[in-house]
Amino acid sequence: MSAVVCEAVCRTFHQGDALITGLDHVSLEIQPGEFLCLSGPSGSGKTTLLNAIGALDTPDGGEITVGGQRLGSLSRAELAELRLRRIGFVFQAYNLIPVLTARENVEFVMQVQGLSAARRRAVADEMLAAVGLAGLEERRPAQLSGGQQQRVAVARAVASGPDLVLADEPTANLDSHSSAHLMDLFEQLNGERGVTFVIATHDPGVMGYARRLVRMLDGRVVADEAQTPQRMAHE
Amino acid sequence: MSGALAVSARLAWRNLWRNHRRTLIMLAAISIGVWAMIFMSALMRGMTDQMVRNGLRTLPGEVQVHAPGYRDDPSVANSMAWPQGALLSALQQPPVQAWSARVRVPAMIASERESRGVTLLGVDPASERALGSAPHADEISEGRFLEGPGDDGIVLGAALARKLDTGLGKRVVIMSQDPQNNVADRGMRVVGLFRARLEGTEELYAYTGRQPLQALLNIGDEISEVAASAGDYRHTARWAPALVSAAGPQLEVKTWRELDPYLGTMLRVQDGFSLIFMVVIFAVLSFGLVNTLAMAVFERVREIGLMQALGMRPGAILRLLLLESLYLLLLSLVAGNLAAWLTIKPLERGIDLSIVAEGMAMMGLGTTLYPALAWSDMLFSTAVVVLLGVLASLLPAWRAARLDPVQAINQV
Repeated sequence: MSAVVCEAVCRTFHQGDALITGLDHVSLEIQPGEFLCLSGPSGSGKTTLLNAIGALDTPDGGEITVGGQRLGSLSRAELAELRLRRIGFVFQAYNLIPVLTARENVEFVMQVQGLSAARRRAVADEMLAAVGLAGLEERRPAQLSGGQQQRVAVARAVASGPDLVLADEPTANLDSHSSAHLMDLFEQLNGERGVTFVIATHDPGVMGYARRLVRMLDGRVVADEAQTPQRMAHE
Repeated sequence: MSGALAVSARLAWRNLWRNHRRTLIMLAAISIGVWAMIFMSALMRGMTDQMVRNGLRTLPGEVQVHAPGYRDDPSVANSMAWPQGALLSALQQPPVQAWSARVRVPAMIASERESRGVTLLGVDPASERALGSAPHADEISEGRFLEGPGDDGIVLGAALARKLDTGLGKRVVIMSQDPQNNVADRGMRVVGLFRARLEGTEELYAYTGRQPLQALLNIGDEISEVAASAGDYRHTARWAPALVSAAGPQLEVKTWRELDPYLGTMLRVQDGFSLIFMVVIFAVLSFGLVNTLAMAVFERVREIGLMQALGMRPGAILRLLLLESLYLLLLSLVAGNLAAWLTIKPLERGIDLSIVAEGMAMMGLGTTLYPALAWSDMLFSTAVVVLLGVLASLLPAWRAARLDPVQAINQV
């Protein structure tokens, strides 16, 4: 079963009187365990497609299936449940909850899922150690650097055991060193845990990590090709 | 506790303290509102209690038993027999705490200079004291109160003595009618003068022993009324029916609300006014609460979008915001109730209002106001605050729960 199937997905937006095309009959199939990058200039539709796949936005036309579930047939609560159980998000801005510590942020999704406190803590500490933040568990976001915050967000995205991680410009606010570390981490999680990664980016360094590169322009897929991954240099 | 609820509870508490100043200002405002509600309720309850108790002391008693017709013609012709059988048994067991049988007739009282119309009460001092209707020791300004049901002295109100131009130790003449409409009169010595909170009470009532008055009126062992009390005038309806059935159809049993509908209506009006006062105070505070919560939502739109994106259901977002509001309300309630307790308790010994004595007397009140702190008022104000507070918070919380996650996350 495919991890994600998009069939002729369309999305338009109103901007004043103008009608903007966000997605124009996008069809795409993503297999479990893929490491895929969506690339293209700003306004090409990468984020719109990511939001639609992540059940955050509803397309005007077409059909999206995630893990065998057709999103169009799900209620708001069911979509929330799907995001909770199957999808992990990493956003461009760090998007941590400022009143929670690093550990509590990582535990957040697991707690909403209903995992026991002991289990949550063990997983959260393991994930924070995996992203290189052992010893910083009790720090709040304001006490962490940008790169550290983004790593907490990654730990949170994968700690709950999702099938699919969607990352929108995850390195946009990071320096090259932190970016390389983050992408190494994504690659490692993909390789070790088999988590499917879909990353929207226009950073060539990030694209280099992808085993499949989908290029978008004006809301359409203009190229979809497999490639040999190339890691960023750690400066 | 479910995971979502636990995380909501923790987040709500921490979010509450993100903007200390705003939270503390709102907390202070609601606390003052709660304090004001309880304080005003205590004052009003104290006033109402005093008015009703003063009224009951002149009635007196919470429940009265009469012969039929006595209320229309409170003369000796409508006397009743001394309580016996089922009625006596009902009067001697709980919930009745005290009862008294008395002769109560209209009479003329004359000194050597003046005469006045009064209500003459022939009483047993011990049972009247138990009932709370006899003047207290500190209300006897001169001389003494009656020593027993056979005491043939007379105790007058200080104001009546003044008007009769008589005093302690002097003799007055009492004149009334016996059941055969013959004039019954005799001289009595003034053995005591009493003061009452209301001057009208001092002018209206004169006390003598029950037995000398029965003899004067030639009514044997008959009495005018039985007054009974269970110690809580607000709940007479709970025990009066037992007396009704014990008294049987040949006697009339009436509660103070029936005997003095004005007092009963006043009590209901005061209770209604308390409710309106509470609702108005908190309705005003609700605007502040809505504003606080709306600001909290406005400042956290991205965060709320993030929580939705991470899988928190709209209902959980709603609950999170309501919990935040509830924490604020509960903290305010604790502070407000505590402040009310600390300020009202010392005042229960009385607030001296002698400077406005005349106005107080017009309202049927004495010169000292005794605020009465009641658990029911505290519970009621708590319920009003929680109910209205949660209602006021629903709109901003509902709006937060309906936010579009994509727009929320991308909000600058």
